[in-house]
Amino acid sequence: MDEHDVSWVRTEMALAQPAPASQTGIVGWARKNLLATPLDGVLTILALLAVAWVLPQILNWALFSAQWTGVDRTACLTASQGGAHPDGWSGACWAFVGAKFGQFMFGRYPVDERWRVILTAVIFVALVAPLLVPRAPYKRLNAILFFAVFPFVAFFLLVGGFFGLRFVETSEWGGLMVTLVLSYVGIVVSLPLGVLLALGRRSKMPAIKLLCVIFIEAVRGVPLVTVLFMASFMLPLFVPPGMTFDKFLRALIGVALFASAYMAEVVRGGLQAIPRGQYEGADSLGLGYWQKMGLIIMPQALKLVIPGIVNTFIGMFKDTTLVLIISMFDLLGVVKQHLSDANWATPQTAKTGLVFAALVFWLFCFGMSRYSIFMERRLDTGHKR
Amino acid sequence: MALQHVERAQEPAKASLLYDPKVRSLFFQVVLILALIFGVWWIVDNTIENLRRSNISTGFAFLRGRAGFDISDSLIQYSSDSTYGRAILVGLLNTVLVAITGIVTATILGFIIGICRLSRNWLLRKIAMVYVEIFRNIPPLLVIFFWYLGVLSVLPAPRDSFVLPFGSYLNSRGFYFPRFVWAEGAWLIIAGLIVGIALAWFVARRARARQMATGEQFPVFWTGLALIVGFPVLGFVLAGFPLTIDFPKAGTFNLTGGFNVKPEFLSLYMALSFYSAAFIAEIVRAGIQGVSKGQSEASAALGLRSGMGLRLVIIPQALRIIIPPLTSQYLNITKNSSLAVAIGYPDLYAIGGTILNQTGQAIEIVVIFMVIYLGISLATSLFMNWFNTKMALKER
Repeated sequence: MDEHDVSWVRTEMALAQPAPASQTGIVGWARKNLLATPLDGVLTILALLAVAWVLPQILNWALFSAQWTGVDRTACLTASQGGAHPDGWSGACWAFVGAKFGQFMFGRYPVDERWRVILTAVIFVALVAPLLVPRAPYKRLNAILFFAVFPFVAFFLLVGGFFGLRFVETSEWGGLMVTLVLSYVGIVVSLPLGVLLALGRRSKMPAIKLLCVIFIEAVRGVPLVTVLFMASFMLPLFVPPGMTFDKFLRALIGVALFASAYMAEVVRGGLQAIPRGQYEGADSLGLGYWQKMGLIIMPQALKLVIPGIVNTFIGMFKDTTLVLIISMFDLLGVVKQHLSDANWATPQTAKTGLVFAALVFWLFCFGMSRYSIFMERRLDTGHKR
Repeated sequence: MALQHVERAQEPAKASLLYDPKVRSLFFQVVLILALIFGVWWIVDNTIENLRRSNISTGFAFLRGRAGFDISDSLIQYSSDSTYGRAILVGLLNTVLVAITGIVTATILGFIIGICRLSRNWLLRKIAMVYVEIFRNIPPLLVIFFWYLGVLSVLPAPRDSFVLPFGSYLNSRGFYFPRFVWAEGAWLIIAGLIVGIALAWFVARRARARQMATGEQFPVFWTGLALIVGFPVLGFVLAGFPLTIDFPKAGTFNLTGGFNVKPEFLSLYMALSFYSAAFIAEIVRAGIQGVSKGQSEASAALGLRSGMGLRLVIIPQALRIIIPPLTSQYLNITKNSSLAVAIGYPDLYAIGGTILNQTGQAIEIVVIFMVIYLGISLATSLFMNWFNTKMALKER
């Protein structure tokens, strides 16, 4: 070792150097995420070209070239069609949505009575907002008000006929209001019904089990359209002559039954995931069946399947559009109905109206799915194995 | 407390009958069944009464009656003189057609988007995410309307159709493309195809056996492709080119000749494919993410290239996670095809509705719907369950 002449020995640690410029910042990020391999580079360029081709067109159509104001179709026509826009113009006709906004929200609900719908909506938001915020107090009272009291208040306000309120037939309802009423009732009815069906399907009593299985599988096997069809054509046959059902009520029954079959399968998934020990523990504490389910099993099972439950809600919210087929007018139905309005018949009307409806549905569904993700994280108490 | 005396009963105390679980369960079931019988009896009684009042005869005899309405899209021979039964068959075939084409396209699109969502490429990942988030959160009916009312019906009239390559046209009456007209001797091509497939299968079997025995590999894919393509071509040549192509020709008001895909079918098919692809993409993503990272690392350690690793190690394991939810997605596509009624595509549901309006046979029509849709559902789940067991983990 001695023959080596150690002329210089480092006595202190070298300072950490910054990473090379090609590995950090935007350049490094782009190299890693966009240009990792030649194939990646080609894909990035193709994707960029696609975005550069599509995005300006969409933005141009929806915002920059769009017609925002106007009183009738001429606002959204090109010169050769009798309007003011240059030929070849393509832009959203938001003036159409602006002119029809009231109908899109309330349908044919009498204009003088629309404050009742708005009031119901305000009460709804006032009750549901604190229910959704985990830190808000008085959860129990809030839940009772929302699930037990609110339906009656909403019924009196919307239907009327009491306390000097004018009676408004359900055939005059329409638009977003119908969509929301159908989904609210579907949600409030399908969750408890689904829980009961799921318990029935796991019951030890053969008759109850068989009935639940038949109901769930039969409903899940056919399209909602068929269930609605049954509800609207066959329910009137089932009741004594002279007794009539409101058409809206028939649709409500159809939607609620359909959703509860799907909800039952989601809840059953949760029930199956609860270990046997929990059931045995509850039994050994001397709890009866309903106490065992209500206090021990359900709180754990429902927590496990929150994403599934919210997915069912979202599915149901989207499915309410199908009442169009039994000629009731929810948001999509009203939009479609007004597309054939001769005052607004332009090549852009259909696209604009449908994009507006899509936007409204998207906002509600996306909101629900984000909330479910938030709730899932919050309720994740770390018992996962 | 330790001195507590416990009196042992000589025999277990007789619980009151009221608290005997067996008695209670029997009681509840009997009550339920009685209630059910009473309810069904009440409904049947009311129904019979209602039907008698409106003079509707029951039974399936109406299926042999003359339909008297036209159907725009039909895969089999149909005219307004055909029977109701045949009209329902036409509807069933249309439902099956749109469901199968929709399933195939949605699966291909869904796999591509699902894999893009897992790509290393940031831009691809984000584009796939935007696609999925848009289509998952809007109703399928809206997508159908968008294609039908927003895109296809504002296309130009037939006289200024868009001219597409290969002699195809696109206008407000649908998509026109050349039709192959087979002359005599075309069966040789089919025969060639069958022989080709049989030989390819045989070669694949032999190659596998040889690889198991000796380890030598054989280019199965290319040989198989050559056989499957080569034999039909051979048949085509032998039969003396029995093919003429019928190009659509632009007339004054309409295109004549060629094959016309109606806008109703086109919009339903596109909407089902685009909408369901978003769900399938999520299923595929979850499946691939469900395969642990160690598997891909191990396949790399064994020297498999990334494509081989994906094909031989990752995909077979991911399929096990993917298949069950994919099955229910396929069923959803089939059920969503009933939305055809909203745009007037004559599927099973639309034709059934027309028949109901004409004859008033509500119960029979609903029974037919139930039987057919449940039948399709059962057949699909049986097939997918078979496929699932085939792909399932084989533990040795």
